[in-house]
Amino acid sequence: MKRYVCINDDESSHDLYCDNRISNRKYTLLNFLPKNLWEQFSRFMNQYFLLIACLQLWPLITPVNPASTWGPLIFIFAVSATKEAWDDYNRYLSDKKANEKEVWVVRQGIRKLVQAQDVHVGNIVWIRENDEVPCDLVLIGTSDPQGVCYIETAALDGETDLKTRVIPSACVGIDYELLHKIKGVIECPSADKDIRRFDGNVRLFPPFLDNDVCPLTIKNTILQSCYLRNTEWACGVAVYTGNETKLGMSRGIPEPKLTAMDAMIDKLTGAIFVFQIVVVIVLGIAGNVWKDTEARKQWYVEYPKEGPWFELLVIPLRFELLCSIMIPISIKVSLDLVKSLYAKFIDWDNQMIDQESGTPAHATNTAISEDLGQVEYILTDKTGTLTENKMIFRRCCINGVFYGNESGDALKDVELLDAVSSGSPDVIRFLTVMAICNTVIPIRSKSGDILYKAQSQDEDALVRAAARLHMIFVNKNANILEIKFNASTIQYEVLETLEFTSDRKRMSVVVKDCQNGKIFLLTKGADESILPHACAGQQTRAVIEAVEHYAQLGLRTLCLAWRELREDEYREWSLLFKEASSTLVDREWRIADVCQRLEHDLEILGVTAIEDRLQDGVPETIETLRKAGINFWMLTGDKQNTAIQIALSCNFISPEPKGQLLSIDGKTKDEVRTSLERVLLTMRITVSEPKDVAFVVDGWALEIALTYYRKAFTELAILSRTAICCRVTPSQKAQLVELLRSCDYRILAIGDGGNDVRMIQQADIGVGISGREGLQAARAADYSIGKFRFLKRLILVHGRYSYNRTAFLSQYSFYKSLLICFIQIFFSFISGVSGTSLFNSVSLMAYNVFYTSIPVLVSVLDKDLSEETVMQHPQILFYCQAGRLLNPSTFAGWFGRSLFHAIVVFVISIHAYAYEKSEMEEVSMVALSGCIWLQAFVVTLETNSITILQYIAIWGNLVAFYVINWIFSALPSSGMYTIMFRLCRQPSYWTTVFLIVGAGMGPILALKYFRYTYRPSKINILQQAERMGGPILSIGSIEPQARSLEKDVSPLSITQPKNRNPVFEPLLSDSPNTRRSFGSGTPFDFFQSQSRLSLSYTRNCKNN
Amino acid sequence: MMSSNTAASSSGGAGSADSSAPRRISKRPKYSKFTQQELPACKPILTPRWVISAFLLVSIIFIPIGVASLFASRDVVELVDEYETVCIPPANRTDKVKYIQTSTDNTCNRSITVTKKMKQPIYVYYQLDNFYQNHRRYVKSRNDAQLKNGNSDDISSCKPEDNLSNGSAIVPIVPCGLIAWSLFNDTYKFSRNNLPLTVNKKDISWKSDREHKFGKDVYPKNFQNGTLKGGASLNESIPLSKQEDLIVWMRTAALPTFRKLYGRIEVDLEENETIQVILENNYNTYSFNGKKKLVLSTTSWLGGRNDFLGIAYLTVGGLSFFLALSFTVVYLVKPRRLGDPSYLSWNRNPGGR
Repeated sequence: MKRYVCINDDESSHDLYCDNRISNRKYTLLNFLPKNLWEQFSRFMNQYFLLIACLQLWPLITPVNPASTWGPLIFIFAVSATKEAWDDYNRYLSDKKANEKEVWVVRQGIRKLVQAQDVHVGNIVWIRENDEVPCDLVLIGTSDPQGVCYIETAALDGETDLKTRVIPSACVGIDYELLHKIKGVIECPSADKDIRRFDGNVRLFPPFLDNDVCPLTIKNTILQSCYLRNTEWACGVAVYTGNETKLGMSRGIPEPKLTAMDAMIDKLTGAIFVFQIVVVIVLGIAGNVWKDTEARKQWYVEYPKEGPWFELLVIPLRFELLCSIMIPISIKVSLDLVKSLYAKFIDWDNQMIDQESGTPAHATNTAISEDLGQVEYILTDKTGTLTENKMIFRRCCINGVFYGNESGDALKDVELLDAVSSGSPDVIRFLTVMAICNTVIPIRSKSGDILYKAQSQDEDALVRAAARLHMIFVNKNANILEIKFNASTIQYEVLETLEFTSDRKRMSVVVKDCQNGKIFLLTKGADESILPHACAGQQTRAVIEAVEHYAQLGLRTLCLAWRELREDEYREWSLLFKEASSTLVDREWRIADVCQRLEHDLEILGVTAIEDRLQDGVPETIETLRKAGINFWMLTGDKQNTAIQIALSCNFISPEPKGQLLSIDGKTKDEVRTSLERVLLTMRITVSEPKDVAFVVDGWALEIALTYYRKAFTELAILSRTAICCRVTPSQKAQLVELLRSCDYRILAIGDGGNDVRMIQQADIGVGISGREGLQAARAADYSIGKFRFLKRLILVHGRYSYNRTAFLSQYSFYKSLLICFIQIFFSFISGVSGTSLFNSVSLMAYNVFYTSIPVLVSVLDKDLSEETVMQHPQILFYCQAGRLLNPSTFAGWFGRSLFHAIVVFVISIHAYAYEKSEMEEVSMVALSGCIWLQAFVVTLETNSITILQYIAIWGNLVAFYVINWIFSALPSSGMYTIMFRLCRQPSYWTTVFLIVGAGMGPILALKYFRYTYRPSKINILQQAERMGGPILSIGSIEPQARSLEKDVSPLSITQPKNRNPVFEPLLSDSPNTRRSFGSGTPFDFFQSQSRLSLSYTRNCKNN
Repeated sequence: MMSSNTAASSSGGAGSADSSAPRRISKRPKYSKFTQQELPACKPILTPRWVISAFLLVSIIFIPIGVASLFASRDVVELVDEYETVCIPPANRTDKVKYIQTSTDNTCNRSITVTKKMKQPIYVYYQLDNFYQNHRRYVKSRNDAQLKNGNSDDISSCKPEDNLSNGSAIVPIVPCGLIAWSLFNDTYKFSRNNLPLTVNKKDISWKSDREHKFGKDVYPKNFQNGTLKGGASLNESIPLSKQEDLIVWMRTAALPTFRKLYGRIEVDLEENETIQVILENNYNTYSFNGKKKLVLSTTSWLGGRNDFLGIAYLTVGGLSFFLALSFTVVYLVKPRRLGDPSYLSWNRNPGGR
């Protein structure tokens, strides 16, 4: 299918294609009800409840009033529907905001401001700098004479660097005024979601050009949601609008994330469902047998001789209805409720407010808090996540002289200051390059200060540092730069700017000194891209040393270089450059090629070292979380050395001899394979040892490994607790997340920039840091926090509590439902297996929805251990990770408990209320009271910290039970009339209830006490320690750790892994004895031996 | 491994959160103990002392209650006479069902010896065994609206005893349903030393039932007129609210063995007195092997004679005492320090990191 777009045609094609109204709404007013119902009913649980509710409408089989199921069902549906409606309304509001944004559009040849939603296909849209593009456009003009514009595509693909877009050749040279009147036809494919491809062509009508067809590529388009940068204006023809844009086509409401816990609850629900079916079948058969053998003799029942055809089904169906309460209908609502409260607790947490910016933590996704407690892997970005992304110029090496080595701050180095004031030419040149070899724009604020507007933090740091060293970049006026050095003002004219690209890894400017007319090439870039172009004979050894030295300190290095150009050389080259800039084919490559011709024979001035400071508390956070058994992977786009240094300084990897770093590298398939196999071998040997083995891989090798050796790499990923991946692209980050997820690990991805968005979205839990690179990551993430160190609290406190609370809540919900259901089943054995309900409809409904839900809902306030204890013993998180609190065996415990309690309640009530007291309503209320009392005690016993709210909820609920039943007993029309008053006056009622409590809770308490004291879990021990006031600090805490920041910066030369070696393998030559001597205990052998291995047994055993 | 360093940093963070001046106060969530999950809480732990005293307390409370209720239960004098077999002439015992359905005179004389002095009021119950008043078909087969108002519009729940085809017309049965239809119809006449003992049959049903559940102006109609005769017939001139046997019967029992109040004897019975009972053995329990018993019983604060509560209380109390004792012994023999960090496995390795 092709689409033909008539440029600037106000009439046609309006109706052909949709307008630019963006709609993310799932529903409209009309279809809300049917669509929402349909969606809700696509869930198994809801289908089940609907089926039950429908069956209950058949009076022959229903044991209770249908209202007892319909009521809660409608309530639950209403709650879910309201939530959906609210979300949809918010989407509508944000759509509306986007739709009503005003854009400049040409209408009848005049530029008009219209709402974004009124843009039609074929309209000419004008955008200014920093505007968001309202729809997919084909460029026809920009402010740049070459027809180039820059866009930021981060919202589209997560890449933050600026991309160039050019106008098609057919439009080159069209006058600004004439752009309004342009006419033509664009032929392009129908809308798709491929953001890297656009194959079309354009034909402009006379008088603009002859009838030539000009091809269009993605290079000629700017897509919706991009931002126009560094270009004054651009205009284009709308080709795709509204939901048919490339972004709109790929947009979708993201799949709701399901926590591991939800999956487990679903699994248990399934198990209960199977159990229920078995019970129904067994009781159904028993019922039919009893009916045929016994009931026929019971003349008073008057069973007809011949029943209808479905007679055999009647009794099983009755039991199905009777047992339907086994699956608690309230569980979804309860879980939704408590989950939103968990999220609120995160939002409210005062200790997670970033003091600098005042941003509190925020949980965007309210449904996955439990998963935070089950994280097994954390994949973290480096820049801006671990570090502050606040670049500070720390040291430099000018012409072989190191500055700032002693103080750690070159700006305070007296020698450098002296050199500056004495006007040493090397230093001045160095400073000049720092100050003007960039694309920074100085802006004079009202107070007279100069603010720098820089695209990259590094340039910003350099310019500021230069200013501190009296080389002040004052003004930029068109192409004239003004620099103030001491008292004198120097002006330079920028002749050309040779852009930074990730391939060239350097940028240069060609400037002309306005005073003497000399032309210079100033260059800065990575060492590996500058040093090869140094002029012959220059001593680069000092530079290499400096770079290496700085890299080991975790500093980002840039080499600065310059060269004086001859006038004619420049002229000659300038022509070439202009030509290359205006080519349309392979422009980037051509420009790079031309630049190369100029950037040679450079005189290297020195090296700058910029520190990207670690955020506060990063080493501690990583240390703590690693103790909690969480594996860390660092995925960064940065250099390997810098990454390793940062990793070392933040406890990510341990220095030798405790840690070991294995490197996977290679440029070809074979090299990567050999390297991968060697690392894998080492990993397998060391997996049982307490050594911190990590591997390092770069983007290139990773690409090969992921493409060709996925299996081996997966195995490596499972074995390795720590990994550093450098120079990885956003899509590789996402791929790694996918890889780990496919191994069934719970992944948390944390990042701050647009390049982390994909990783964040892919992971089970995405955490965004609302940092300097903008809020993109934070917006895409499930949780946003202000600083990396809050991750500790997010996981250990919020995640852990959420997990524990949900574990209790869900199992308790099943327990109470099973309890009442077992009583019904037992009762059926003394009621002729006929499916009589012991309890009346009101009680059944209120039991599930009211009596038992309120007390357990306050379990969201329960804290098994205090926050401090958890922080001190992060290992305790293991219980959550391994799912120790909610799994089939704990569930079996609750199942057994409900069976036991059902037996206690049933046996005691039918024996205490036997003979003359065996009136149905009374027995039923006695049994129900017994259940409610037991509930109250069970909740109390299982609550670890009882606040006033819990007291109110638990005991208030008990009081409410009586009040409600008294009210019902006071209504003459109800079946329960006078029953509760009657019971409460009987001493035998109270003795029975207390007996039920005593008999029901005694064994539970005894068992719990025995376990608590003689088979305590680690949680129990910590509880005891915490509450007895005993020594909480563990005995193993003697070892000093947590190197301070200062120490990190000091050289670690001896203990550093020699990562410069292409292959690093001292471990293979290590004797086993030496290795074993490095401490036989790690915090993780507990996990290794007990659980992780058993959990991932199948995964790991094949490796051992 | 757990350094004071981390602790200090975390508490330091907390401190600074409180002290430092907030910059953007509007964005800050409001501080409260609830939102910070810092509500003061009682954090009980199961110390041996606490648990042992709890069990001791339970046994101290439960054993006296058990003894008291056992005494109360034993104080009750209960005379039970099972008569469903003996009241059938030996010749007819091979086919009891046929006898009960065909025989016209089912009078049966029984004598009961009072084993112990019985103080008035003495309750007279009939007890049925293996009678499923709680059967689903049975328990649903009633219509409360009809019992209250005589309104017979929708009595489909009473099927199959809802309507009667009276010739061509279909007339509703009042009271409808299987429960009423199967009303117990054995009668008892008591005499002592040849003097009749009055059995007071007034107020044997619940007052609330008489006043609110059974209508004062609802009279039995078409009752027991069908081809199949169930139990007792009702006097059509007495309103339902006065038909106390019916009201008692309509309070269905939850168990297949149940007693229903027949009346009260309001004189004391002396020990070794013999009471003559002339009973009409009408009710058919033979087709389903049900037993019929006549029960005379006094009452206590706990109700009738039922040892279950007493024994159960003593058992639970005894077990608690035993548990308390054994926990104490275990605690003394093998004391275990609570909250010993050396039990934490990650601390167990000497010199662990």
